[in-house]
Amino acid sequence: MVRFLFGVLATSLALLAASDARAQMQPVNGGTLLYGRGMDAVGLDPSHESDGESFKVCDNIYECLVRFADDGTSVEPQLATDWSVSADGLVWTFDLRDDVRFHCGDPVDAAAVAYSLERQWGAREPRHPDYGVGGPYPFWGYLGMDDVLAAVEVLDPGTVRFRLKQPSAPFLSNLACNFAAIVCPRDAQERGQEFFRNPCGTGPFRFVKWERAESITIERNPDYWGFHAYLDRVVFRSVPENSTRFFELLSGSIHMMDGIPPDDVAAIEKNRALKLLGAPGMNVAYLAMNLDHEPFGNPLVRRAVCHAVDKAAIAEGLYAGLADIARGPVPPNVFGAHPNPSDYDYDQDLARELLTQAGYPEGFETTLWTMAGPRPYMPQPLRLAQVIQADLAAVGIHAQIISFEWGTYLDRVHRGHHDLALLGWQADNGDPDNFLFVHFDKSAAVPPAGNIAFYRDERVHELLVRGQQTPDPEARLPVYLEAQELIHRDAPWVPLVHTMELAAMRKEVTGYLLHPTGRVLLSRVFLAR
Amino acid sequence: MIGYVVRRLLLAVPTLLGVTVVAFLTVHWMPGDPAEIIAGEHASPEVVEQIRKDLRLDRPLPEQYALYLGDLARGELGRSAKSHEPVVDEIRRYFPATVELATASLLLATLLGLLAGAAAAQRPGGWIDATSTILASLGVSMPVFWLGLMLMYALAVRFPVFPVSGRLPVTMDVPVVTGFVVADALLARDGGAVRDALRHLTLPAVVLATVPMAVIARITRSSLVEAMEQDYIRTARAKGVPESLVLLRHAARNGLLPTVTVIGLQFGFLLGGAIITETIFAWPGVGRWILLAVQSRDAPVLQGGILLMAVSFTLVNLATDVAYAALDPRIKLR
Repeated sequence: MVRFLFGVLATSLALLAASDARAQMQPVNGGTLLYGRGMDAVGLDPSHESDGESFKVCDNIYECLVRFADDGTSVEPQLATDWSVSADGLVWTFDLRDDVRFHCGDPVDAAAVAYSLERQWGAREPRHPDYGVGGPYPFWGYLGMDDVLAAVEVLDPGTVRFRLKQPSAPFLSNLACNFAAIVCPRDAQERGQEFFRNPCGTGPFRFVKWERAESITIERNPDYWGFHAYLDRVVFRSVPENSTRFFELLSGSIHMMDGIPPDDVAAIEKNRALKLLGAPGMNVAYLAMNLDHEPFGNPLVRRAVCHAVDKAAIAEGLYAGLADIARGPVPPNVFGAHPNPSDYDYDQDLARELLTQAGYPEGFETTLWTMAGPRPYMPQPLRLAQVIQADLAAVGIHAQIISFEWGTYLDRVHRGHHDLALLGWQADNGDPDNFLFVHFDKSAAVPPAGNIAFYRDERVHELLVRGQQTPDPEARLPVYLEAQELIHRDAPWVPLVHTMELAAMRKEVTGYLLHPTGRVLLSRVFLAR
Repeated sequence: MIGYVVRRLLLAVPTLLGVTVVAFLTVHWMPGDPAEIIAGEHASPEVVEQIRKDLRLDRPLPEQYALYLGDLARGELGRSAKSHEPVVDEIRRYFPATVELATASLLLATLLGLLAGAAAAQRPGGWIDATSTILASLGVSMPVFWLGLMLMYALAVRFPVFPVSGRLPVTMDVPVVTGFVVADALLARDGGAVRDALRHLTLPAVVLATVPMAVIARITRSSLVEAMEQDYIRTARAKGVPESLVLLRHAARNGLLPTVTVIGLQFGFLLGGAIITETIFAWPGVGRWILLAVQSRDAPVLQGGILLMAVSFTLVNLATDVAYAALDPRIKLR
């Protein structure tokens, strides 16, 4: 009898598995996927934007010369079929596909590639021709591309050549990032100030409409050169309230959502109509101290702040344990992360002692900035700010919380208006340079700054530049380890947590893969019957 | 009557002028340099200077104000610093959503509030009165946020009678004519869309109606009770007029005057946009629009938003006064 029952059970499980596998194997064409998220995009010109909400849409509309593999950050051909690099690492030559057209019908050629990158040149110069168009090109600036790229040459319509000022280890990975997306030159020029609302790229989906504050609709690109998307349409809906968004998912009026409050994870897991995907993310959430604002110029004060914040309580209480405590800025799954990072232990007495040594026995008053809405690495920014505010108050640092809507928040923080600011970083290319240069190099401490601690250290700068110019991974590693040790010593940040990538969806949503860089790629997603 | 309306309209002019002063000064009261705020954080000094000139911020305040009034007269409200869209277009997009929600919830609040108030007034101290008093206090004190989420869970998730949020299913396209989804769906003769639009409207309208409904019920009750103590009511009763007629014909006409005022005031408030209700129900109205403008220090939108709220409030007040005059002929003579 027992054996019989076991047999039945085994058979039914096998059937379940088989039907599941069949569902996996027989994709369904058509349908509209409704994707719920907390905020609207800021803009849809991939080189202009620096926030994930804009990228989620751009990732499906635009493409780059190269792309990341589905499961990681190794680089694969996309609009380029092949490339070669000179022995000195200074000349990169790319052969382009000859069968690609923009959504408007114009062919993609080397001139379009050159335009897409050249338009961003000199992004920090106030007289940049596109300066008035929603600001400069922040990513180009963060990655210091002005100092990397010397020239873009169009050899023939199918070949483009980049001349570098110095060898750059992450150059190829950087070309797979959003800012290097190839945009339609005619549309970008003709539309000018309106281009960021009327995107034209080469991706598997093309833009349909944008109802501000409500939704953005994209549809399958029928003339796509590569794998045709299963879905007819995707609608990105902005549903600002977390609970409402979750209710939308429960009721089936959206198919998937992000920005999942950790408190809802258990409810999602219990619900049979839903599934939860999770994977370690390549991200970091941090508290930056503005070294240009006193008293944070004083390393003793910064260390005191590091000791005052109870990271374990934050990971447990605000992330429901779906996050690892960050001991440094580079997540453990990124090449170059320090294998044995030292950390500042949670110790209020030590924090008070350090403050006394620094000349603040009574503590001081300051401001703590946070964004108004959730981010993937920070699902509850206001509550997080309140927790840190309480931690700091316990050692005598009285911080007033200041909060802005996302676009404004980024703008102001990048200009260094804050004393303390909460922010996070989602990897673009899985390179340590992408975590360290952007946040800790002195050249990134110029507004609009990625280095919002405004930390400037000559030795760190030297190391980070050497890291960029050393293509050999074995030689790079010690360079990055030393840089991380120095950054730890100087404590411009309190690294808080590395969060899991989470996405909740209805059971019928099939084929969605969480990418370690947090990209939302939807061309292989379908709605199973 | 016409003379009265004209008089009231003329009286509204100074009020509206005052409002334009406040809206105009908002930009100057906001922390920071208005030109820099409008130019955005990344703008170069040249761009900021250009904007200062374009916006005439380099001229004396009175001159600026005069020019601002000129712009207003031409229907010019400037462009949003964030979306770079003309503020007028944004108002055209977001205000109908608010008006639609406000109208629906006020209709609901008035209907139920009047019924509850009248029922309670019939027998002051009776069980209907007691129940309606309790319900009204609940309505006034219930946090909108909590009520909204509870109703949403109960009626959109647990027993899915209504949709969770939004104005229409996102996949549904109704040609925009008036901006009022229900009206547009009617114009498009799309029965399905009308039904969907009404279903989307119900929950937020109910949530938004709770407070005004309670207020209307309380005011109706107390003014009717007061009216019922008047001599002419005693006369009517002595003539043998049935109690329900006494209430409806004799007491209501005089007793409901304060209720009309309250309804007008509530509508004025609702037109300013209900930030919490709009956020919970992802309702793209002016409340959320103004909130985002405050958060992003979007001066032109704030100016336009303040003006919009004030003008609609003034106009609703005007309409209330006119209605009052129609109900009570003595008003016109004062």
